[in-house]
Amino acid sequence: MGYKARFRVWRGDDADGDLHDYTVEVNEGEVVLDVIHRLQATQAPDLAVRWNCKAGKCGSCSAEINGRPRLLCMTRMSTFTEAEIVTVTPMRTFPVIRDLVTDVSYNYQKAREVPAFRPPEDLAPGEYRMQQIDVQRSQEFRKCIECFLCQNTCHVVRDHEDNKTNFSGPRFLMRIAELDMHPLDTHDNRAQEAKEDHGLGFCNITKCCTEVCPEHIKITDNALIPLKERVADRSYDPLMRLFRKPKK
Amino acid sequence: MTELERHAYDVVVIGAGGAGLRAAIEARQQGLRTAVVCKSLFGKAHTVMAEGGIAAAMGNVNSHDSWQVHFRDTMRGGKFLNNWRMAELHAKEAPDRVWELETYGALFDRTADGRISQRNFGGHEYPRLAHVGDRTGLELIRSLQQKIVSLQQEDHAETGDHESRLKVFAECTVTELLRDGDKVSGAFAYWRETGRFVLFEAPAVVLATGGIGKSFKVTSNSWEYTGDGHALALRTGASLINMEFVQFHPTGMVWPPSVKGILVTESVRGDGGVLRNSEGRRFMFDYIPEVFKDKYADNEAEADRWYTDPDNNRRPPELLPRDEVARAINSEVKAGRNSPHGGVFLDVSSRLPAEEIVRRLPSMHHQFKELADVDITKEPMEVGPTCHYVMGGVEVEPDTAASSVPGLFACGEVAGGMHGSNRLGGNSLSDLLVFGRRAGAGAAEYVRSLGDKRPVISESDVDGAAARAVDPFAEGGTGQQENPYTVHTQLQQTMNDLVGIIRRGGEVEQALTALEELKQRARNVVVEGHRQFNPGWHLAIDLRNMLLVSECVAKAALLRTESRGGHTREDHPRMDPDWRRQLLVCRAEGDGVSVTAKDQIPLREDLMALFEYSELQKYFTTGELAELPAKES
Ligand SMILES: Cc1cc2nc3c(=O)[nH]c(=O)nc-3n(C[C@H](O)[C@H](O)[C@H](O)COP(=O)(O)OP(=O)(O)OC[C@H]3O[C@@H](n4cnc5c(N)ncnc54)[C@H](O)[C@@H]3O)c2cc1C
Ligand code: SF4
Ligand code: SF4
Ligand code: FES
Repeated sequence: MGYKARFRVWRGDDADGDLHDYTVEVNEGEVVLDVIHRLQATQAPDLAVRWNCKAGKCGSCSAEINGRPRLLCMTRMSTFTEAEIVTVTPMRTFPVIRDLVTDVSYNYQKAREVPAFRPPEDLAPGEYRMQQIDVQRSQEFRKCIECFLCQNTCHVVRDHEDNKTNFSGPRFLMRIAELDMHPLDTHDNRAQEAKEDHGLGFCNITKCCTEVCPEHIKITDNALIPLKERVADRSYDPLMRLFRKPKK
Repeated sequence: MTELERHAYDVVVIGAGGAGLRAAIEARQQGLRTAVVCKSLFGKAHTVMAEGGIAAAMGNVNSHDSWQVHFRDTMRGGKFLNNWRMAELHAKEAPDRVWELETYGALFDRTADGRISQRNFGGHEYPRLAHVGDRTGLELIRSLQQKIVSLQQEDHAETGDHESRLKVFAECTVTELLRDGDKVSGAFAYWRETGRFVLFEAPAVVLATGGIGKSFKVTSNSWEYTGDGHALALRTGASLINMEFVQFHPTGMVWPPSVKGILVTESVRGDGGVLRNSEGRRFMFDYIPEVFKDKYADNEAEADRWYTDPDNNRRPPELLPRDEVARAINSEVKAGRNSPHGGVFLDVSSRLPAEEIVRRLPSMHHQFKELADVDITKEPMEVGPTCHYVMGGVEVEPDTAASSVPGLFACGEVAGGMHGSNRLGGNSLSDLLVFGRRAGAGAAEYVRSLGDKRPVISESDVDGAAARAVDPFAEGGTGQQENPYTVHTQLQQTMNDLVGIIRRGGEVEQALTALEELKQRARNVVVEGHRQFNPGWHLAIDLRNMLLVSECVAKAALLRTESRGGHTREDHPRMDPDWRRQLLVCRAEGDGVSVTAKDQIPLREDLMALFEYSELQKYFTTGELAELPAKES
């Protein structure tokens, strides 16, 4: 059932570039990344793209397909008609290095600004006891494969470059929520820090981040909103109970 | 003089998977300035793909477990070819390494009493694999990554610079190691982004580069797995052992073609999934080898009881070590009892309720749904063997991970010995942490022992390295110009067809002839474009490593005239006790490799005593058995 598909792929760097047209073979069951690889092997050997696992596990192959932020390896060609032109462009929010490869260092900087897990001092390794029900919430956030599609999508940085300094983005606000909900983390005040140091206030809960998350993590509902509520009113918030650390 | 960026470190770790990151954490914690260099972004190394779990005898689910039992399982899995000291250290230290991850913030699935939950896996006598659903590798790498960040935060607080003591050089590929006399003096690399060169001056280099699977056509491995570390070690004068042992995981996806080879975790079987052929038969009952007869159930009723009552029943044969299961699937397919796309059926849908499947195997559920239109809660998967892991690697000192070249260390998949002829599932992630830490400590101790007498880099070596790196851009030469992608595809086909899961002497010889030709052709590879993020150029460089390492695999596979673990010779089907005492050692020679045999170090007496005499009889020579203190029962 192979057919020839029409592809438009963005070629170039941050300074300059444009969409190139290609006609390329597509076979049954293939994903967009397969087609990009076929282009590399046959027509464009220097076409730059990131990938590793080809199974939606590493978060390397993020790009925009027909304008929608997606993983190249998890987008099946069968989602397009044979006549449709498939346009592949790099993530828009980050500077382009070359072709589909972008400079995602913003995310690594933000990761570094979140204070690390602070382990309990009175427990030796091996003595940690946590109930499944208590780790489950943070586990949902730890499914994150750091594809940065949510970071790419959130309008706070997508439309306002200068917000990058003050706003850590959904991925790293979620990281703060994750640590806040960790049953044994002893760093206090994470919610307050989210507001003061990481720009939680910029988020106006549009849920666009949640929509593009390939791991289907409920970023807004399960991480951002609870974090906001906790900042809004630490003492009266019924959700406080969710977050309360076991006191010794 | 070549124009390049220069950095000086105490230790350079090549690789940011589990092994490399744990090594870097150790070296930095021991006070050394440490660099981590990796080909992908930070946090994307192959380890991220590991699914099933990490093996450690914590005894949380079955308190009978202990390091001794884990050691025994590991030796059995490797058919007693393992370096026993490595297997011993691994079994003893794995629990501490897992618990340590919790102090970095890892959140494993829990038991009812709040401890780390453990699951069953092939070849492990008790539930032993700590896990997070089926995304354990992600948890492992993220925890280590976050620990590195936390060390950088400490350094920032103290020095004002996050990267003052520990820096990650991501998307940077090392192409050569440099030496001063016989000692390591540094590493030469290029930035993938710009193509510019980088020189690391360092008295100690830790190789943690992972495996070689990209030399095979059907593989669960990513583009990173081109055997760089194996080749760097060879070219620097170190030796590799056990290169004939390549693990084919029994369950890779077989359809659609574009995902062929992608892994289906063994947890599917650990959690109750069964293998059936086109006739609906649970065929694994027909393939229980003599050496495992007393440990595996020979009927479905007993096998099914085992999940709830493991103390009084034998294990289902679906959980035999991987080499056994892979060969069995291969035979069923050959006999024509295959599924529509040339595999067999792996069914969990008739074994567990749908919600339970989604809870325990979320990423498998997702993977099949998205990539193959298969709902694993309703229908069986189609699976077949895929090249997965290389047991062979750099020959190291077990306690320090030191290679025979002073200053060169190796840990993780790139190191050899620990797993013998076949690795048990879950034993890699634990290996990464145990020997990653030891390599970091070994490197630290070595650097301290040097004092101020550090090896120096010779500028002419640097110029040579630079010239070799850009060579693929040079047109000219005599032969026909070659495309790196074409040469790579042919290499993969050759290795898959001729040195794959079942080997025959004549075919391996054919492979060696083909490899010689491919080597010639690789010299004529010409790449287009410039040096910025140019995948064609990157592949041209990686190709040299794949060819060198493939030659090791083929040459060793030809010499070992027996079948054991990840090496099956159809023309020598027997496991031969004399061969258990022999290791095959590869070294660089000219532009190829030489392979020589070497005696295995005899198993230490107290470790030997952990086994029943009747079991040792299956593996050891009569001569060796005669020397044992009499313990016949
Ligand atoms: C799909 C899959 C599932 C698995 N599941 C399990 C499991 O459940 N349990 C288990 O125990 N094992 C499992 N394994 C095996 C295990 O994941 C690997 O053996 C292990 O992760 C290897 O780790 P490592 O640290 O040695 O190397 P990797 O994690 O592969 O890292 C290698 C690093 O070296 C870098 N590198 C390589 N060459 C160069 C170079 N030239 N220059 C610079 N950097 C370089 C790479 O960029 C990368 O950062 C699985 C493997 C696969 C493929
Ligand atoms: S919900 Fe908040 S973080 Fe997510 S996209 Fe909207 S504004 Fe951004
Ligand atoms: S939260 Fe989801 S979208 Fe955002 S980086 Fe993680 S996996 Fe990607
Ligand atoms: S290649 Fe790993 S997520 Fe696409």
